[in-house]
Amino acid sequence: MNPVIEAVVAALILVGAFFLLVGALGLARLPNMMSRLHGPTKATTLGIGSLLIASIVYFTATRGSFSVHELLITLFLFLTAPVSAQMLAKAHLLRSREEQSRVTPTGRPADWATLAKGTHDAS
Amino acid sequence: MRARLLPHPLLTLLLILVFIFLMNEATPGVVVLGIVLGIVIPLLTAPFWPGRPMLKAPLTIASYVLIVLWDIVRSNIEVAGIILFRPADRLRTRYVTVPLDIVTPEAIAVLAGTITMTPGTVSADLSADGRALLVHCLDAGDPEGAVAAIKARYESRLKRIFE
Amino acid sequence: MITIAIAIAAGAICLALGLTLYRLVVGPDATDRVLALDTLVIEAIALIVLIGIAYGTGMYFEAALLFAMVGFVTTVAFCKFLLRGNVIE
Repeated sequence: MNPVIEAVVAALILVGAFFLLVGALGLARLPNMMSRLHGPTKATTLGIGSLLIASIVYFTATRGSFSVHELLITLFLFLTAPVSAQMLAKAHLLRSREEQSRVTPTGRPADWATLAKGTHDAS
Repeated sequence: MRARLLPHPLLTLLLILVFIFLMNEATPGVVVLGIVLGIVIPLLTAPFWPGRPMLKAPLTIASYVLIVLWDIVRSNIEVAGIILFRPADRLRTRYVTVPLDIVTPEAIAVLAGTITMTPGTVSADLSADGRALLVHCLDAGDPEGAVAAIKARYESRLKRIFE
Repeated sequence: MITIAIAIAAGAICLALGLTLYRLVVGPDATDRVLALDTLVIEAIALIVLIGIAYGTGMYFEAALLFAMVGFVTTVAFCKFLLRGNVIE
C-alpha cells in the first residue's frame, strides 16, 4: 500500500483511540453527573468518527473500490448521541433534588418540561 | 397522484441513499430495490409522519452542516483540553436558559442536537410550553455571551431553513 | 505502521473500557451507570471496527451497525424507565 495512505490511516486510528480514551477519562474523573455527560457525548463521537474514516480510507485503498457504508454508523451515532444525552439529562434532573436547585428559571410562565407536574415526557 | 404516491419525497430520497450505502454498491439491482423500498416504507409508516416539514434555503443548509461539523471538531479538542488539564474544582459548570425564537418542533430538535454536539454545552430540557431551552455549560466564564453565540450562530440559520 | 497503530489503539481503548467500568461500578446514581453502559457500547463498536481493519475484512461492519442500534435503544429504554417507571405504556 502507498506509504502516505498508510500514514494517514495510522494517524486517524491513533486520533480516534485518543479521543475515546479522553472521553472515558472525563467519565471517570469529572465531579458531577451533568459534567460527566460532556465527556462521552463529545469525545466519543469524534473518536468513533475518526476510526470509521480510517476504516473507509483503508478499505477504499486496499479494495480499489470506494467503501462508504461506515458513514452510516457515523451518521447514526451523530444522530443518536444528542438524543441519549438529553434523555439522561432529563432522567438525572427528575431524580436529583440537588440538581433541581441549580437549574436557572425558564423566564416564562411554564416550568421545565421534566419538572412540570404530570408532563414528564412532554418534549 | 404525486402527493399520494410520494407523501414524503425527502424521506424517499434518504431511504434510497441509506440503502445504497448499506449495500455499499450502486449496481442497477440495488438502486431499483432501493427505489421500491423508498416508495413502500413511507406509505406503510405514513401514520407516524403527520406533518411535512418544509426545508427552505438549500445554501443555508449546506453552510449550517459545514459550520456544525467544524464546531464538532473544535468542541472535541476544547473538551479534551478541559478534561486533561483542568483541575475539577476550577470548572465553572452552570446552567443557562436560552429563550427560543423558533417554534417549529423539527427546528427545535435540530437546535437541541446541535447544542449537545458543540463546544462545552449539553441541552438538558425544554420548557413545558416549548419556548425556552435549558443548557448545561461545562465551563462558562460568560453565560450571556454563550447564549448570544448559540442564538446568532445556530438559531438564526435554523430560522431561515425551517420558517 | 498500521499494525503498530492498531496495537496502541487497542491498548488505549481497553484502558478506556477499564475507566468506564470503574464508573459503572462506583455509580453513584443510576443515571451514571446508564451513561457508563452507553459509553461501553461505543467503545465496543470502536474495538469491532479496529478488529475489522486489523483482519482486513468488511465482515464486522454489520456487527458494529447492529451494536450501535441496540445500544441506542437500550439507553433510551433505561432512561424512559428512570423517567416514568415504565418502558412501554
